[in-house]
Amino acid sequence: MSEIIISQVITGLSIGSILLLVALGLAIIYGTTGVINLAHGEFVMLGAYSAWALQKYLNVGLFEGLILIFIIVAFIGFIVERVVIRHLYDRPLDTILATWGVGIMAQQIIRLTAGGELRYVQMPPSLGSSISVLGVETSAFRMFVLVVTAALFGVTWYLMYRTNIGMKLRAITQNREMASSFGINSNKIYSLTFAYGCGLAGLAGALVSPLKSVSPEMGTTYVVDAFMVVVLGGVESLLGTVASSIILGELNGFLAFFSNDTMAKAIVFLAIVVLIRFRPQGLFSSKIRG
Amino acid sequence: MKINRRSFVKGSIAAGAFTAGFPHIWIKDSSLAYAAGGEIKVGVLFSLTGTTGIIEESLNKATIMAIEEVNAAGGINGMKIVPVVEDPASDPATFAEKARKLVLGDKCVSVFGSYTSASRKAVLPVFEKRNNLYWYPTLYEGRECSKNVIYTGAVPNQQQDEFVPWLVKKFGKRWSLIGSNYIYPKEENNYCKKLLAGLGCEVIREEYVPLGHSEFSSVVNKFRSEKPDVIFSTVVGDSVVALHRQYRAAGLNPDTMPMASLTTSENEVAAMGGDAAAGHFTSAPYFQVWDSPENHKFVDAYRSRWGADKVTHFVSEPCYFQVKMFAEACSKLAASDINPNNIREAVKGVEMMAPQGKVRLDGPTLHTYLWPKIGVCKSDGQFEILKQSPTWLAPVPYKAYENQICTEQGLQES
Repeated sequence: MSEIIISQVITGLSIGSILLLVALGLAIIYGTTGVINLAHGEFVMLGAYSAWALQKYLNVGLFEGLILIFIIVAFIGFIVERVVIRHLYDRPLDTILATWGVGIMAQQIIRLTAGGELRYVQMPPSLGSSISVLGVETSAFRMFVLVVTAALFGVTWYLMYRTNIGMKLRAITQNREMASSFGINSNKIYSLTFAYGCGLAGLAGALVSPLKSVSPEMGTTYVVDAFMVVVLGGVESLLGTVASSIILGELNGFLAFFSNDTMAKAIVFLAIVVLIRFRPQGLFSSKIRG
Repeated sequence: MKINRRSFVKGSIAAGAFTAGFPHIWIKDSSLAYAAGGEIKVGVLFSLTGTTGIIEESLNKATIMAIEEVNAAGGINGMKIVPVVEDPASDPATFAEKARKLVLGDKCVSVFGSYTSASRKAVLPVFEKRNNLYWYPTLYEGRECSKNVIYTGAVPNQQQDEFVPWLVKKFGKRWSLIGSNYIYPKEENNYCKKLLAGLGCEVIREEYVPLGHSEFSSVVNKFRSEKPDVIFSTVVGDSVVALHRQYRAAGLNPDTMPMASLTTSENEVAAMGGDAAAGHFTSAPYFQVWDSPENHKFVDAYRSRWGADKVTHFVSEPCYFQVKMFAEACSKLAASDINPNNIREAVKGVEMMAPQGKVRLDGPTLHTYLWPKIGVCKSDGQFEILKQSPTWLAPVPYKAYENQICTEQGLQES
């Protein structure tokens, strides 16, 4: 029995790490700029397609390609911010519509250029088997995703709280006009943040692609998951995002193990609906965004 | 005379009543008959966009190719088949709307279409009300007995009757059933459980995941702890890919715990990669590697028409042969007799060499006699056929329901 529990805890952590990976970029963009990026799932999808294209046309494996994928998707995000998002920072409802439109366009562009069929991204062969963690057999690739996610979270935290640019970003988040009057170029910081968040989404797409399937529509499920994490964790709280990913991952894993995935999904959704009824700011945030 | 609106409306109503009241006058007019000006119009209704657009596009391609082949070989008694292609965008409501357009607007004599059961159920009222014919190529859950649908895909008994006993003998009696959460997997599992009960087997788990589900780690953990002899999978779409990849990544072994699927075709295998698919089994009437002259011809023609990297699979093959069946039925009729009713009567009992073998359209049920095969997937992404049914297998769409039987007069209950 204890073995089952350990194996479920690890499974939950693995599910949670994928959730965190997908949600991290969204949390940063939403938490700092207030833009509700409905195209987030499409940036995940673009990451997966970048991994596929690099592998198929340039023969670059998933490991070697990760940095390149981050740069490609971040650059696309940068352009989208410059062309569309920039003009909508004070109009939250319009950003929903605009980013949704961007998402649809991204799906169709991929469908027209890369084709509509499911695509195959090879798992790095060295991680294709299972390893033993705490006496439990588990997928080596999932553990790799867990480690990468932890590392990315560390990098993000460091950028936000230990660098000059992160400090400026936090200043803008607190009061944009005030920060600008102290000479912080808020436009520049916002576009870098947006690009960084998109780059993270791209990495998420690349890292899940060997476990799941790659199709132009794949983003829609991820964006729902990502919003669940952010809503539960509370905006503006990086640690809240981590905690809520782990909670959701473990909850999903255990419910699915002791009943089934259909029930797990329904119960998790219900729990979140009940939670935001009584705690709309999320579990780990003390401030409601005005 | 000044035409005001009222008199115009009155006139139109009168004219409308006239045409509606005496339709036979107009049917004789050759411009309104089904086969006119040396052309026979048929509808092609497969999604080219949306969630199932990926797979349905290949069905559209197989259908178009078959129509081109019939036309190139001289057509039907010198008449050309003219396809009217519509894109229902993977949406059942749009399917119904486009079907209405094809049947009423374009006056198509038959429509080839649908991949999902949901879209078939959505268009069914259109074809039944207008007494037209819908040609449905997909394997499906059975339990349907419409006189307005020609079913050329397999029903549960055709995929399972050989497959399940074979697996029990080879691997054992403890089975785990996993499917996507909708009607098709439930009906297949329903029949599977009946067969297993007859063989004295035990179903240790029956479970359904949401459609489009892609996180199978808990499911894989259950496999790992329960160690079923066979995992019977009716998971569909991109979930198949995720399930196989995560099973493989978790290090489970198909030699001792194989997945047996009714829905994993060459298409899904290409997306999951050969190493994730290797060692798992599929039962279907058709595999691309099937060695027959008809199939070589089909595969070569398909590749030269649509691209060398394209695969044929167990839904695109019926798309291809059902057009040939349609052509054969029409060729028995005089041009003025070509209408849905006569085609239905003419197609009953038609036999022809399809890529999978010699198939026959069963008169009473309008389903098709097929040749089920068992294939094991290899790491190069193709199947190896291990066994073929010794005879063609009759379709029994209500096999799991003993008191119901599909007959020429419709569904009979006893």
